[in-house]
Amino acid sequence: MIPGSFDYHAPETLAEALDLLGKHPDDAKVLSGGQSLLPLLKLRLGAAAHLVDIGKIPDLEYIREDGGFLKIGGRTRESTLEHSPLVRRKYPLLADTAEVIADPLVRNLATIGGNLAHGDPANDHPATMLAYGAEIVATGKTGTRTIPIGKFFTSLFETALAPDEILTEIRIPVPPPRSGGAYVKLERKVGDFATAASAAQVTLGPGGEVERVGIGLTNAGPTPIQATAAEQFLRGKKPDAGAIAEAARLAASAAAPAADRRGSVEYKTEMARVLTGRALAKAIARAQGA
Amino acid sequence: MARHTIEINVNGAPSKGEVESRLLLVHFLRENLRLTGTHIGCDTTHCGACTVLLDGVPVKSCTVLAVQADGRAVDTVEGLEKDGKLHPVQEGFFQEHGLQCGYCTPGMMMTSCALLSTNGSPTEADVRRAISGNLCRCTGYVNIVKAVLHAAASAREQKAAKAS
Repeated sequence: MIPGSFDYHAPETLAEALDLLGKHPDDAKVLSGGQSLLPLLKLRLGAAAHLVDIGKIPDLEYIREDGGFLKIGGRTRESTLEHSPLVRRKYPLLADTAEVIADPLVRNLATIGGNLAHGDPANDHPATMLAYGAEIVATGKTGTRTIPIGKFFTSLFETALAPDEILTEIRIPVPPPRSGGAYVKLERKVGDFATAASAAQVTLGPGGEVERVGIGLTNAGPTPIQATAAEQFLRGKKPDAGAIAEAARLAASAAAPAADRRGSVEYKTEMARVLTGRALAKAIARAQGA
Repeated sequence: MARHTIEINVNGAPSKGEVESRLLLVHFLRENLRLTGTHIGCDTTHCGACTVLLDGVPVKSCTVLAVQADGRAVDTVEGLEKDGKLHPVQEGFFQEHGLQCGYCTPGMMMTSCALLSTNGSPTEADVRRAISGNLCRCTGYVNIVKAVLHAAASAREQKAAKAS
């Protein structure tokens, strides 16, 4: 399959890239790893007159802790995240997520910024970032602004990014001591989108009670879903089996999946419950060990 | 629509071309350079038949634009054999019968080469994980895994022989 015609641009600075986006506000797309965009263009599900490849712009690929945040450059590849010692040691939820995205070959090109900016509720990072309470840094011609993740996903394939902005950084608050997280995904085969998946990030208080909890659901509705009722229920509670089961039930009640070849609405909702229970149990065990 | 003059180092030799923006890397390799060892399978980023190494890293060449590879190095299955001698990975697939129809084989071998370049002593689990983005509909993967482990062992032996 061959995509429709477009002009390809490979700017070498961010300013130049933003300039190009400003010149073509209606028909330009940012090309990051291209692992979602190019298939869409090939299948002619999408079209763009201009592709602005950010691959040659320096300083968009990094993972570092700074000012209370884990800061990740928008063009950081999934394979880099997956193998980062810092991520593996301190951000198990993120490590769990990166290593189940698509397949190893796709992860060599796919980027975290693309995964989020694509606005696809079937992608894996959105639920994880909801669980972390992350922030998105968007850079436009007039400067940068920070968007809380809860306000980022506006509709199916739509985000709060303006057409002339580029997602340049993701900020995850550095987890305090006694924190842990986990991402549990059910997929038909390696490389498939999730039938259902759940992200959980937990911080325990000194007495072992839940101090902070974030729960996100993948592919459970038109946008990534934050299970707020489940989070609210767990806060302040001892995370025993009963509490986890009730939180999982509440999380599933927030799911509104669509039936497709991966399963019926009932099946996917039930899987959201089961996987949330498992993600919470794993996250809590990791928090207790941390 | 824009055309681009590109130069890609393919299997160690510079290859120039004038390409449309939308030309895929796999089409550049197969049609412009006539390197038809790289196969097109699903054409939808699933199967990995079109796997090549881009700056040493395995990627699906149906999901990369030719112009994105400008100034970079691409390795294809045609570059594996050196001076009439099979690459250890090719030898492994031959010895262990790591193929039936052969359609996935070039991609499977390129992924395997990349694995062995970073991990000289992979476990069976390492191999299975590394090739999880390459689909084979014939073998059930058993002989492919054996082939890669065979290649790893013979590459280690060759290295040891050289050192002694």
